[in-house]
Amino acid sequence: MSDFIVRVQTQDFDPNAEYQWLRADSAGSGALLSFVGQVREFNLDSDVSALQLEHYPGMTEKVLEKLLTEARQRWQLSRAKIIHRYGRLAINDQIVYIGVASPHRDEAFDACRFLIDVLKTQAPFWKKEIADSGERWLDARASDQEQAKKWIT
Amino acid sequence: MIKILYFARYREQLNCDGESFELPRDNYTLAELLAELRARPEPWPSTLGDNNLLAAVNQELSQAEHILCSGDEVALFPPVTGG
Repeated sequence: MSDFIVRVQTQDFDPNAEYQWLRADSAGSGALLSFVGQVREFNLDSDVSALQLEHYPGMTEKVLEKLLTEARQRWQLSRAKIIHRYGRLAINDQIVYIGVASPHRDEAFDACRFLIDVLKTQAPFWKKEIADSGERWLDARASDQEQAKKWIT
Repeated sequence: MIKILYFARYREQLNCDGESFELPRDNYTLAELLAELRARPEPWPSTLGDNNLLAAVNQELSQAEHILCSGDEVALFPPVTGG
């Protein structure tokens, strides 16, 4: 199995199992880092019951694989995985997982931060709020664009 | 002939997830395609008149001056909101 994996799926994932996969590499990584993004209530209207996530099959995988390739070129990584869900999600459901294994913590932190920041502005996913009163597409946030810009070289 | 795909808010507003489109001539750019689509009756101009519109050609984000070729897959969508 490859040490660098992208998965786009409807089903949930198990961060503990992913952590075990990360540390099972043979390269003797000193730093293992996992990031999980979940659906938060903060920005949503009070009667929102779920999110619907749409994506562009084919392009999504291509973009995420390209991000992993770029991360490997910029930082020393022994393993990395991106999992992103689509379909219907409830509040507190996990949406995205990013795991990296590296010999050094600075590289692990930078690579993980790069992957999530750029994913948010380049991977073709769109969120829609499902509420009792109707449905509403979420707008992209300017702050996400700003955070992604700092990784452009 | 090219394939055009519409995603998310655009797909819903246009009530259309995609179509085939005959390129009228050589060296036809993405900008010219957008102008053509925006010249259709509503809801096309208001939907695709979005200043933040993103376009991908063959699944790669592309700029307005990109020249289209027969067989291309063009996707039009609003800014992404994943993660």
